[in-house]
Amino acid sequence: MSNDSNLHGKPEIVTGHEVHHDEHHVHHHKETFITKYVFSQDHKTIGKQFLITGIAWAIIGGLFSVLFRLQLGFPDQTFPILETFFGRYAKGGQIQPEFYYALITMHGTVLVFFVLTAGLSGTFANLLIPLQCGARDMASPFLNMLSYWFFFMASVVMVSSLFVSTGPASGGWTSYPPLSALGDANQGSKIGTDLWLIAMALFVVSSLLGGLNYISTILNMRTKGMSMTRLPLTIWALFFTAILGVLSFPVLLSGFILLLFDRNLGTSFYLSDIFVSQTGQALPNEGGSAILYQHLFWFLGHPEVYIIILPSMGIVSEVLAVNSRKPIFGYMAMVGSLFAITILAFLVWAHHMFVTGLNPFLGSIFVLLTLLIAVPSAIKVFNWLTTLWRGNIRFTPATLFSIGFVSLFISGGLTGVFLGNSTIDIHLHDTKFIVAHFHIVMGVASFFGMFAGVYHWFPKMFGRYLNSTLGFIHFWVTMAGAYLIFWPMHYEGLAGVPRRYLDLSGWHNFNKFGELNKMITVVSIIVFAVQLMFIFNFFYSIFKGRKVRHQNPWGANTLEWTTPIRPGHGNWTGEIPEVHRWAYDYGKDGREFIPQTEPIGKGEGHH
Amino acid sequence: MQTFFVILILAFGFLITFQIAKTSEYVAVLRGEEKARKQTNRINAFLLLIFLIAGLIGVYYCNERLKGKILGEAASIQGEKIDTMLYITLAVTGIVFFITQILLFWFAFKYQESDQRKAYYFPHNNKLEIIWTVIPAIALTALVGFGIYYWFKITGDAPQDAMQVEVTGSQFKWEFRYPGKDGIFGKKYYKQIDPEKNNPLGQLWDDPYNRDDIVINEMHIVVNKPVKLIIGSKDVIHDVGLAQFRMKMDAVPGTPTTMWFTPKYTTRQMIEKSGDPDFVYELSCDQLCGKGHYSMRGVVIVETQEEFDRWLISKQPQYMAAHPAQAPQKTQPADTTKRVAANMNK
Ligand code: HEM
Ligand SMILES: [Cu+2]
Ligand SMILES: [Cu+2]
Repeated sequence: MSNDSNLHGKPEIVTGHEVHHDEHHVHHHKETFITKYVFSQDHKTIGKQFLITGIAWAIIGGLFSVLFRLQLGFPDQTFPILETFFGRYAKGGQIQPEFYYALITMHGTVLVFFVLTAGLSGTFANLLIPLQCGARDMASPFLNMLSYWFFFMASVVMVSSLFVSTGPASGGWTSYPPLSALGDANQGSKIGTDLWLIAMALFVVSSLLGGLNYISTILNMRTKGMSMTRLPLTIWALFFTAILGVLSFPVLLSGFILLLFDRNLGTSFYLSDIFVSQTGQALPNEGGSAILYQHLFWFLGHPEVYIIILPSMGIVSEVLAVNSRKPIFGYMAMVGSLFAITILAFLVWAHHMFVTGLNPFLGSIFVLLTLLIAVPSAIKVFNWLTTLWRGNIRFTPATLFSIGFVSLFISGGLTGVFLGNSTIDIHLHDTKFIVAHFHIVMGVASFFGMFAGVYHWFPKMFGRYLNSTLGFIHFWVTMAGAYLIFWPMHYEGLAGVPRRYLDLSGWHNFNKFGELNKMITVVSIIVFAVQLMFIFNFFYSIFKGRKVRHQNPWGANTLEWTTPIRPGHGNWTGEIPEVHRWAYDYGKDGREFIPQTEPIGKGEGHH
Repeated sequence: MQTFFVILILAFGFLITFQIAKTSEYVAVLRGEEKARKQTNRINAFLLLIFLIAGLIGVYYCNERLKGKILGEAASIQGEKIDTMLYITLAVTGIVFFITQILLFWFAFKYQESDQRKAYYFPHNNKLEIIWTVIPAIALTALVGFGIYYWFKITGDAPQDAMQVEVTGSQFKWEFRYPGKDGIFGKKYYKQIDPEKNNPLGQLWDDPYNRDDIVINEMHIVVNKPVKLIIGSKDVIHDVGLAQFRMKMDAVPGTPTTMWFTPKYTTRQMIEKSGDPDFVYELSCDQLCGKGHYSMRGVVIVETQEEFDRWLISKQPQYMAAHPAQAPQKTQPADTTKRVAANMNK
C-alpha cells in the first residue's frame, strides 16, 4: 500500500483503497486469506501474530518451568509420566541434570526474548503506534511484516533445536563461553548451541527491523496536531524501548558471531588455556578472553531488561490514568524518567560482572551508575501512586494488573538496590536472591503489564471483551502466587543457595529448604494452570466473547478509540482525526474525559 | 496415576470456574450491567485491602519461619562488613517498601469508584516532584558511599603476611595448591596438564619452585590469618563461593583472579557455636559449569596455626607423586637453596 497518505499533516489524501474497509468487515476484493491473515502488512494483524506466537512460546516456557520445579520441589520422587514423554532425559521418571539445564536455558531464553521482547513489544508497538499516533500503518509495512517472519523463523530454528539428539543449548540463557563453546564439555554445547545462536541471530534481525520501523513511525507519521508532548506514555515507552533495542542488539549479535567463530572456525576470541577433562585434551587456543563475551552480552543484557519493562510501564501508565479517571501525574517527569532510564541502561552493564575479577575501581563506577538508575525508577513509582490518589478508580482486570505491576515493581526494584551495591553483591551474586529479584521485577511485573494491555486493548483487537470474571480470578491467583513463589526465595539466596542447582541434598549448609521448595512447586503448578485458563479465555473470547457495542468502551481519550469498532487496514474510514490536546484530560473542568480530538474550548484551563 | 488425577482435578475445577464465569456474564446483563459492575468493583477494592493486610502478615510470618535458616554470623572479618551493608540497605529499603506498598493498596481501596466523588484533576506539582527526586537521590548517595567504602576495603590488596592458596576449578571438582616451604608457587602451563602422570595442574617440573608445592583436594586455612586465594580454572568458568565467609570470585580459564579474607572461627568453634556437630565450611561452585555444577563441592577447614602446620607437613609434594623414582632425600637439600632464593625474591 502507498504510504504517502500517512505523512504527517496530509491526512486528507486518502486512497480509495483504504476507505473501503468499514465496520461490517467487508473483504476487500484484492485481499485473500493469505494476504489478510498470513503475509499481512496490516500492523494490527502483525501485532496479533506476535501476540499469538508469544502465547505459544509462553506455554512452552511456562511448561518447562513446571517441569524443573517438579525436580526442585520433589527431588526424591519419580514421575513415570515424564519418562513416557521425554525418554532418556527423564530416566526412571527423574529429570536428568543435562535435561534440567536444557530446560532452564530454554525457559530463560524463550521468556526473556521470545515472549517478553517479541511478544510484548511486537504486540503493542504494532498495535498501538499507528493507532495512537494517528497513522494508517507503520512507516514500512513490508519491513514490519518481515520483522514478524524473521521472528517466526527464529522460532522454527529454536523449536527444532529441542529435537536434536544431543539436546538443545544448556549453558544458561546467558550462554557464557567456554561452556557454551565446547561441545566436549557440555552435551548442549554441541549442535544445540549452534541452533540457539542462529535462532538468536534471526531474532536480532527481527527486532532491528521492528525497532527501526517503530522509531521512524513515531518520529514521522504522527497525525496533525500530535506533537511529541501530546503522545500517550505508551508511545513514549515503546519509542525508548525501540531505541534501546536498535542500539544494543547489534552488540549482542557481534558477540554471538564471535562465539560461532570460536565454536566452528577455530578462532580464540573467548578461549584460552583450556584442558577438557572429558577428552583429556588441551586445546590449542591461547590469548582469548572469556570475560569479553560477558561484556558484549551484558551490553545488551542490561538494556534488555528495560526493553522488557518499559512497554509495561507505558501500558500501566495509560491504564491507570484511564481507569482512575485522572490524568497521569507528572507527565513530563514520566517522559524524563523514561529518558533517564534509557541513557543509564547503557551504562550499568558491568554490575552483572562484579565478581569476575573486574577492576574494583571500575566496579565502583558501575555501583554509582547502577544505583543512580533507581532514582528515575522511584519517580515513576511515586507518580503512579499519585495518579491513584483521589481518583475514582474502576477495577477492570487491566487496572488490577496495573496495580499489581506497581506493587511488584516496588518489591523487585528495592532488591535491585541490594544487588547494585557491589559489596552486597559479593554475597548475593548467582544465588537464589537474584532469581527472586529478576523474576519479580522483570518476569512477573512485565507479564502483568502485558496482561493489563491484553485486557485493555482486547476490545480493539477483536471487537469483543474477555470474560472479566475469569480475568479477576486470573489476576488474584497470579498475584498471590507470584509473591508466594518469589518472596521466600530471597531467603534461600541470603542463605547462600546458588542458582542453577537442581538438588541440594549433597550440601550441608543449603539442604534445609525442602518444605519451602515443595510449597513453591505446588504454587507454581496452580499459577501455571490459571495461565492456561487465561489462554482459554483469550481464544474463546475471540470467537464467543461479549461483543463490543460502544466505540469507546473505557471512555478513553486516545486516538485508537476513534476508529471503528473493527477497523480495517488503514484504521480510519475517513480522514485521520486531528489532535488538539494531550492524552490525559480526565476529570478536567467537571468532565469525565475529553478526547484528544476535541479542540480546546474557550476559557478552558491549561494543564 | 497420581499425575493423571491432578490433571483431572485441574480440568474439572477449570470447567466449573468457566461455567460460573459465563453465567455471571449473563446475570450481569439481566440485572443491569452497570449495577453488576459496581458490585464487582467494590469486591475487588475490598480484596485489595485484604491482600495488603494478608501480605503484611505473610511478610512477617515468612520472616519468622525462615530467619533462622539464613546468614548466621559471618565467619570472616570482611563478611561482617558485607552484613553491615546488607542490614543498612535492608533498613532503608524496608522503610520505602512498607510506605509505598501501604499507600498503593490503601489508595486503591480508598479511591474506588463512587458516585459521590469526582476524580481530582491533578496533572503535576513541581514541588512534590522535586521532593521525591531529591530524597531517593540522597538515600542512594548514602548507600553508594557506604557501599564503595566497604568495597574498596574488601577488594583492596591483601596484607603482606597473608597466606596464599591457589584454587583451581575443573568439571566438577576443586583442587588446591600450597606453595610449600619456599612460599612461592612454581610455574605451570596448561598444556602440561596430565592427570595420568600425576600432574593435574600442569606444573612445570623444571621450575624448582614446583618441587615442594602441595596439591590437594581440601582447603585448610588458619584462623585469624588473612588468606589470599589465587583462583583459576582448567576448562570453563567456575566460581569460588564461600557463603559463610560471604565471599565469591569467578574462576576463569586463562585469567587468574584473586580474593582474600580473614576467617574468624575455626571449624571446631563453629561446631560449638552452631550446636551442629556436622558443621563444615563448604565451597560451592556458583557459576553454571555443566551437568555437575550443582554437585561441585569443596570442603574448607579452618584451624589453628599449629594444626595447620602439622597437617601441611604430613603432605607430600606433588612432585614426588609425579616422580616416584626420585627418593625424597634427594630433593631435600635442593629445597633449602630454593628457600633462600625465595626469601631474596621477597
Ligand atoms: C532499581 C533498579 C535495579 C537495580 C539497581 C538492579 C540491579 C541488578 C543487579 C546489580 C543485578 C546483577 C546481580 C548479579 O548477577 O549478581 C541484577 C540482575 C538482574 N536484574 Fe536487576 N536491577 C534493577 C531493576 C531491574 C529491572 C527493572 C529489571 C527488568 C525489567 C531487572 C532485571 C534483572 C535481571 C533479568 C537480572 C539477572 C540477570 C542474570 O544474571 O541472569 N532488574 N539487577
Ligand atoms: Cu542489569
Ligand atoms: Cu563449577
